[in-house]
Amino acid sequence: MGYRVLVVDDSKLARMAVAKALTAIHPDWTRVEAANADEALAFAKSDSFDMAILDFNMPGRDGLQLATEMLALRPGVPLAVISANHQVEVVTRAREVGATFLQKPVTEKALRDFAADAVQRLSAR
Amino acid sequence: MSTVLSELQLDALTEMVNIGVNRAAAGLREMVGEQVHLSVPKVSLVTRDNAISTLAKAEAAHLVGIHQVFEGDVTGRALLIFPDTKSLELVRAVTGGELPLEEIIELEHEALAEIGNIILNGCLATMANMLQRNLKMSLPEILRGEPEIFFNLDPPPEAGEVVMFLYINFAIRQRDITGYIAMLMDMPSLAALQVLLDEFIERST
Repeated sequence: MGYRVLVVDDSKLARMAVAKALTAIHPDWTRVEAANADEALAFAKSDSFDMAILDFNMPGRDGLQLATEMLALRPGVPLAVISANHQVEVVTRAREVGATFLQKPVTEKALRDFAADAVQRLSAR
Repeated sequence: MSTVLSELQLDALTEMVNIGVNRAAAGLREMVGEQVHLSVPKVSLVTRDNAISTLAKAEAAHLVGIHQVFEGDVTGRALLIFPDTKSLELVRAVTGGELPLEEIIELEHEALAEIGNIILNGCLATMANMLQRNLKMSLPEILRGEPEIFFNLDPPPEAGEVVMFLYINFAIRQRDITGYIAMLMDMPSLAALQVLLDEFIERST
């Protein structure tokens, strides 16, 4: 079955790049996009999605803060936080809030692994 | 001036510089031994005069800058600039709070060159990789003085030279320091950059 992925990034280009990779991996999945944390949370309150890919570096709240708030709204939803900043603190914080850390620029392989893991978690529910 | 680049081209540049400084942050973390936050809000493209007046208005008259020349399909200068008054604070943040002032002063030059090198190389190398081109970079050089000197380095800039201008925020050990990154290019280099950006956008979307 096709899943619905929420992609949150302030960069339109980065959203387009994630979209391209996702389409290559799972052409039957659908995508919704948000340009910042507020938009993403508003969406999470009113609409449904199965997993989300969040940029770490965004004006206002960063991707990890967003991940925490999103998990409070949707406990257990698979989340990935992407950042070029692979400092141990950031990677650890991602793990602590319950998100998968993906290094930027995101590779198709990393997205594929995240998606496969997410599918497994979703079907185990 | 920003209209020279399309919205998507500017977006691509901002994204590359952000990836670059974030990699640099991870590199600085090794040096500092503590978490380093670097962030770059939007990139803008301004004239040289514009860059000078922005710096003159926003900052004290005396600035310190780390300067590197890059050469390749795109040629120009990259500068990391801080108010002179913040320079020691930055060095202290990077070296830790324990060193006595004399030692910090002694280390200042070397530490600034190293910080500049990590950040500027982070940006330039990331841009070069993502644009699939090779850029040759000179060694870092420290400059001090008024805003004008950073934008009038030898050889003299071509008429109509543009500056890619961005703010960079450092947060290290509870200290917040704001500086600037400037990349100076002449018009042929800017045109070459646009072509490379379009190719990059084409590849990634």
